Amino acid sequence: MSVATRPQLSHLRALESEAIHVMREVAAEFERPVLLFSGGKDSIVLLRLAEKAFRPAPFPFPLMHVDTGHNFPEVIEYRDRRVAELGERLIVASVQDSIDQGRVVEEKGPRASRNKLQTVTLLDAIAEHGFDAAFGGARRDEERARAKERVFSFRDDFGQWDPKNQRPELWNLYNGRIHKGEHVRVFPLSNWTELDVWEYIDQEQLEIPSIYFAHERQVFERDDMLYAFWEGTELLDGEQTFTETVRYRTVGDMSCTGGVRSLAATLEEVVLEIASTRITERGETRADDRVSEAAMEDRKKAGYF
Amino acid sequence: MTLDLLRFTTAGSVDDGKSTLIGRLLYDSKQVFEDQLAQVAQASERRGGSGALDLALLTDGLRAEREQGITIDVAYRYFATARRRFIIADCPGHRQYTRNMVTGASTADVAVVLIDARNGVVEQSKRHAFVSALLGIPHMVVAINKMDLVGFSRERYEELVEEFEGFARKLRGGKNPRRIDTSYIPMSALDGDNVVEGSPRTPWYDGPPLLEWLEQVDVAYDHPDGRPARFPVQWVIRPANGAAAPAAGVDAGERLDYRGYSGQLASGALRVGEEVAVLPAGARTRIAGIDTYDGELEEALAPMSLTLRLEDDLDISRGDLICHPDEAPAVAREFEADVCWMAEQPLRAGARYVLKHTSHSSIAAVDAIEDVIDVHTLARVEPPAQLELNDIGRVRLRTRAPLAFDPYASNRRTGSFILIDQDGNGTVGAGMIAQTPVVLGA
Repeated sequence: MSVATRPQLSHLRALESEAIHVMREVAAEFERPVLLFSGGKDSIVLLRLAEKAFRPAPFPFPLMHVDTGHNFPEVIEYRDRRVAELGERLIVASVQDSIDQGRVVEEKGPRASRNKLQTVTLLDAIAEHGFDAAFGGARRDEERARAKERVFSFRDDFGQWDPKNQRPELWNLYNGRIHKGEHVRVFPLSNWTELDVWEYIDQEQLEIPSIYFAHERQVFERDDMLYAFWEGTELLDGEQTFTETVRYRTVGDMSCTGGVRSLAATLEEVVLEIASTRITERGETRADDRVSEAAMEDRKKAGYF
Repeated sequence: MTLDLLRFTTAGSVDDGKSTLIGRLLYDSKQVFEDQLAQVAQASERRGGSGALDLALLTDGLRAEREQGITIDVAYRYFATARRRFIIADCPGHRQYTRNMVTGASTADVAVVLIDARNGVVEQSKRHAFVSALLGIPHMVVAINKMDLVGFSRERYEELVEEFEGFARKLRGGKNPRRIDTSYIPMSALDGDNVVEGSPRTPWYDGPPLLEWLEQVDVAYDHPDGRPARFPVQWVIRPANGAAAPAAGVDAGERLDYRGYSGQLASGALRVGEEVAVLPAGARTRIAGIDTYDGELEEALAPMSLTLRLEDDLDISRGDLICHPDEAPAVAREFEADVCWMAEQPLRAGARYVLKHTSHSSIAAVDAIEDVIDVHTLARVEPPAQLELNDIGRVRLRTRAPLAFDPYASNRRTGSFILIDQDGNGTVGAGMIAQTPVVLGA
């Protein structure tokens, strides 16, 4: 077989270029986009891609974090520092406010989580600010309902996703037309895998919150997962806390994100560990996906990230 | 790490074992994680299977699909070997879901067409091969599956190769000859023969198993960078218009004067200092600089995203196309295109749609429907009154604003468009501009 006459872009450069193209399409076709920034690794990559797409100008959209109030403090500290470095505007939509206003009712008991409540806070914030497009860091390799989602994922005026009635998405031609009250979730990292994200963070030498690296933490074990022990924890009978060296593969609420036993303390070590892992990141660390065979599908239909 | 990316689409009827094949590729190439496997094992058991792992369940995403045992929508799968990163567009084969097949094929370099060795080259396989050819996929690998059910018969395999090759000859020929390479692999996705490993049950087959074929197929000539340069302007960067923001490497004074034209190079290469034309207006200038966040470049290659600075201060906006003056594409308001219709509401002559092409949109009127393609015979038949859902036909369009375009056969990026319903906003059609455009009144 013949050899290519010109050098090909590496797969990371090809994915990067595709994502930058998606971001510029959104900036050009929507009036009020927003970028959802959680301080997690995927949205950290989104910020770098936004720099690549729009510098030397400011981003043509604000950033928004849906803050459950149960985030890891290391992540909130990182979030604020990163936003200040970039000189961009951050909106914080607070689940606590939604609870105080009676929009949602807090779950009770040792297994309570604010994960589901975020959806209401997110949709309220989108409506309040009149956002018509919201960038998210979701990837298709994460979960099987996401494998079927479009890059431009249409949401009706109730914020809902209808998986059986999605717009066909051809070539790199994205249809950004919507009616007032509807919006589009846009996923520039759709075609990235978890390993791609880590390799990109390594390539770009991006700073990430410290919880992604091995550290000592007081934890307890539940359903084969290691959860952080914090002031909101209610232990069940027989559960005990102990100190373990862990790191996190995903950043979510302290109440539903498990850590993994790991000694990976540098980016290179994390990349190596991810490359050889035998368990998906959501399967290993997210209690919210274990509820049923179609847990993510149900939450997405309701308007989740 | 300089792995390249290969995108392929699978096409097959529900019963051809397409999901099983993909499941087998992922499973045998060790891309299935333990928790996914546990889920599949659980689901296989619940559905009362034979006790064997049902690999098709690995790829069935939505609840309705698992309940009905079908695939509703295009799903994207990712895996890598030491040689390549792969993206699979897994497309359903029901007749009513052909629009998804077209969707998956639009970004693919390679098509894997499945044939059930017992049933032969049925209409469904032909439809998928035809759609792949129409969408400009130059390589087709025909997986002759379920060979275990025909006793791994070499005669049956050769019979099917001959039958499909007859059809492929028709795809290559006709009014607009196309280059389509075809390869054939005898296979049992269920048992894993010739998927990742070769098979002792087909000693008469000396080709590679599917995964090896996918790792080796050369798609370089189909990559867009050997062609004339096409740079659709997506976005104009003018920091002076925005609020102050720190920008690495650019001081405040420089930033105020900055004006750059951003986009993704659709094909070819651009170099600093070269003369370029800006279409549709046709003004000429030179490239003053090629900027990326990672620094300035002397030369840019497709498909990079980049920002161009130009020597002259021209009126350039989103939707304009930058190219070399001696390799300019057609600029016209009228052209013919093959349109795949994707909506329940049929396409009729006289109707108007929003047409999105590269980075801009215009209103388009359907002046005429010239013919519709019978996908079974590949014949273009008499002009119908309308194009129905899943029909593919030649349509004559007229746009309000002039478009700078190439025939789809020479450039997938500048030769493709989508049609959008003006009221409902749905994507209703996919268009490929024909070889010999009618160039009138630019």
